[in-house]
Amino acid sequence: MPINVLMPALSPTMTEGNIASWIKKEGDKISTGDLLCEIETDKATMEIEAINDGILGKIITPDGTENVPVNAVIGIILEDGEEASLLDDNNAKAIHKPDNNADSDAKKQIDNGVPNTYMESKQASADSEIVSKKASPQKNIARIFSSPLARRMASQAGLDITTIKGSGPNGRIVKVDIELALKNRTVDPDQGKVEIEQPGVSLDKTLRSTSPYEEIKTTNIRKVIAERLQIAKQTIPHFYLNIDCNVDALLEVRQDLNSRNSDYNISLNDFVIFASALALKQMPECNASWMKENIRFYSSIDISIAVAIDDGLVTPIIKNADQKGLGTIAKESRALADRARSKPMSLKPEEYQGGTFSISNLGMFGIKEFSAIINPPQSMILAIGAAEARPIIHENALAIGNVMSCTLSVDHRVVDGATAARFLKVFKGFIENPLTMLL
Amino acid sequence: MDANKTYDVIILGSGPGGYVAAIRSAQLGLTTALVERDKLGGVCLNWGCIPTKALLRAADIRDTILDAENFGLSFSDSNFDIKQIINRSRQAAMRLSKGVEYLLNKNKVDVIKGEGRFTKTNELRISNNSDQTTTHNYNNVIIATGARAKSLPNIAEPNGTSIWTYKEAMTPQSLPKSLLVIGGGAIGVEFASFYLRFGVPVTLIESMPRILPSEDEEISELATKQFNDQGMAIKTNSTLKRLVAVSNNSVTAIIQNSNGSEENLTFHRAILAVGIVGNTENLGLNNTNVKTVKGHIKTDQWMKTHESGVYAIGDVTGPPWLAHKASHEGIICIERIANFDGVAPLNIDNIPSCTYSRPQIASVGLTEGEALENGYKIKIGRFPFSANGKAIALGEPQGMIKTIFDDKTGELLGAHMIGSEVTELIHGYTIAKTMECTEADLIHTIFPHPTLSEMMHESVLDAYNRSIHI
Repeated sequence: MPINVLMPALSPTMTEGNIASWIKKEGDKISTGDLLCEIETDKATMEIEAINDGILGKIITPDGTENVPVNAVIGIILEDGEEASLLDDNNAKAIHKPDNNADSDAKKQIDNGVPNTYMESKQASADSEIVSKKASPQKNIARIFSSPLARRMASQAGLDITTIKGSGPNGRIVKVDIELALKNRTVDPDQGKVEIEQPGVSLDKTLRSTSPYEEIKTTNIRKVIAERLQIAKQTIPHFYLNIDCNVDALLEVRQDLNSRNSDYNISLNDFVIFASALALKQMPECNASWMKENIRFYSSIDISIAVAIDDGLVTPIIKNADQKGLGTIAKESRALADRARSKPMSLKPEEYQGGTFSISNLGMFGIKEFSAIINPPQSMILAIGAAEARPIIHENALAIGNVMSCTLSVDHRVVDGATAARFLKVFKGFIENPLTMLL
Repeated sequence: MDANKTYDVIILGSGPGGYVAAIRSAQLGLTTALVERDKLGGVCLNWGCIPTKALLRAADIRDTILDAENFGLSFSDSNFDIKQIINRSRQAAMRLSKGVEYLLNKNKVDVIKGEGRFTKTNELRISNNSDQTTTHNYNNVIIATGARAKSLPNIAEPNGTSIWTYKEAMTPQSLPKSLLVIGGGAIGVEFASFYLRFGVPVTLIESMPRILPSEDEEISELATKQFNDQGMAIKTNSTLKRLVAVSNNSVTAIIQNSNGSEENLTFHRAILAVGIVGNTENLGLNNTNVKTVKGHIKTDQWMKTHESGVYAIGDVTGPPWLAHKASHEGIICIERIANFDGVAPLNIDNIPSCTYSRPQIASVGLTEGEALENGYKIKIGRFPFSANGKAIALGEPQGMIKTIFDDKTGELLGAHMIGSEVTELIHGYTIAKTMECTEADLIHTIFPHPTLSEMMHESVLDAYNRSIHI
């Protein structure tokens, strides 16, 4: 187990101190009793001794760090045989940020179980500070040594090679360092891409099933789906809002419209598309993407609709859905779905790549409700369940109504609870009062 | 021998593992003793690498002489004196063994003639050739006792006259009238090639589907074809059921062929080259926690055994049984003991393999089959000797250089070469692999013209559909 070196209390009244200088350097062998570093307070300067044998794996607070609180972790000692990779995990737990009154006030403001944004943004800035502290391998290094292969692998993976510690000769960054970094990292959300695991990595024997099996090579589409959705689930802070919509009125309108003209066959989903588009028009802050340094607000409302095809899933887009009539939407969605399902698929990339909002409908399978995974770089996805007859309360009495459960998955970095809730309220308003969509 | 001296490191065995470790140990300031029961330099120097290469050189020269007319030269006769051929190889061995002695003296390593044996934990008893024994407490012991030829109990046992191992094979009294070589690995192939080229009818049998089974499949195929063209009879998927020494001058082999049928073949001599087993006996290992598996000592990546303070390097630890592997393990082991900075474990994929038959074979890294099995999507480059200027000028138009790259990252996964002088060329690719070069670095490297080495460049170009000369 790696051992944390803590800032000691040099006197009963000491609360914090400065690191004057480290006597031992990273990588040095440590024996019990060795002097590790000099600590200074306004009263005195003293040296601290090691109480374990090992190697000084990491210096957390380098020379000159001031106001380090007592009991903060200032360094990590690896015992014999331990690997440097243990240091990363330790760091994540060990960093202690100085107390901040504003922080604790903000903690109290929690609404409806959704984390408060003020506190969260404080944490985010603290986190990025930690990352940059961890990232600087050595001070004043002009040149990063790395092998050609390591450089290429890093660039393919969108990894910043300057943040990697090298294990090769003279601290050179080599292939294994990149492989380790890829294994440990969470994916940079800007990239929207993650490295597929290196070949030759096999499943731990203890996790293998003993049942007989047949192995079929993953298709390209399956690979893409796996990659994108894994990134989405792992990097986007999802939260979910559920709302039930009474669709009695909607079903009547639908029947009416469809009976007038055999040209159109408007489905329930087409109404959902239209209603979402109009709701987004009213709440443009929901038609956006997280770009880390910026939030991108889209000027057009392009709705991706999830279509199941043979080996997977594709999301053709209805562009400018707020500006199209319901009839047009119905025609387009039907055509796009047919072309998506054709073999070979006749959709062009620009017809399914992009979009600003997604809708997934599993109602035709009888699914009551479900939560979908956001398609990055979008910020929301609406999951529609089956419209079914359910007991409802109407004018204080039990009645029967057709109800459709809708679940909105939201990227909390872009859209907060209240905003998302308002969006759903507006959406529900359109669904339950379809004539308002004419306005 | 000073029993009172406690050495920092005691090394058992003075082969390429042991003597290299001893010299490095002394360089790093550790007091070092090297225990050797026979000649300094171990099997490699005395009964392996060095003398066999000297013998094979004689065969190469003879091949050139037999081809002299092509070059506009003539020799009145192409006689040879097998005794002198062997003598030269023995002299080469002796000269290098003396060289090792010089190096050990220069580095002030205490050389003890004798054998070491663990009597109990932390105690090593060394008995020298005069039967004196001393007991040493040790700080570190490195077992570098090497390996020996395996025999096939109840099937074939060497008898020193008609059934040979490598030792007899490199010191024949006279050329065999016919020869059976059992085992199609590098050692068997080298002996088969040597004797074939001095006019001995040679049959090589191998139980695997191809000879040189650890090389790339394509290379095995090309080698087989060339050996066949030279007149070697090769039987693969053939198992030796029994080898009987009928007399001093005749052995009968009962061989089961690939189709299941058995045949009896008779030869003048037979060479057993069926594998290697570590010299782990007589070390008193049962008095320690050292573990052995299938005749080899188990070690971790730092060459530590299961007994604290005891290490093992080289052939005694298992495959690949190569001198350069032993040497590098020795260095890694010593540097860790000495707390030297920046020691990294051995990367097996960067160990080259060389076979000095004619044609020569050299390789490093993954074969095509291994790369695919490991799930890599690969790019393969091939370049034939027949398209290389120097090869044509030399009169060596047969051979091929094959390179295998990871399609995604451009990493050089493996390089496989067959043809003249490839054993001297392979180091270029091992340097590339050690430095983690990609195809870009190799493509931009300037190889001199006219050389065989240019083929190494063209092979890489071919992998990326950019070769100029083919």
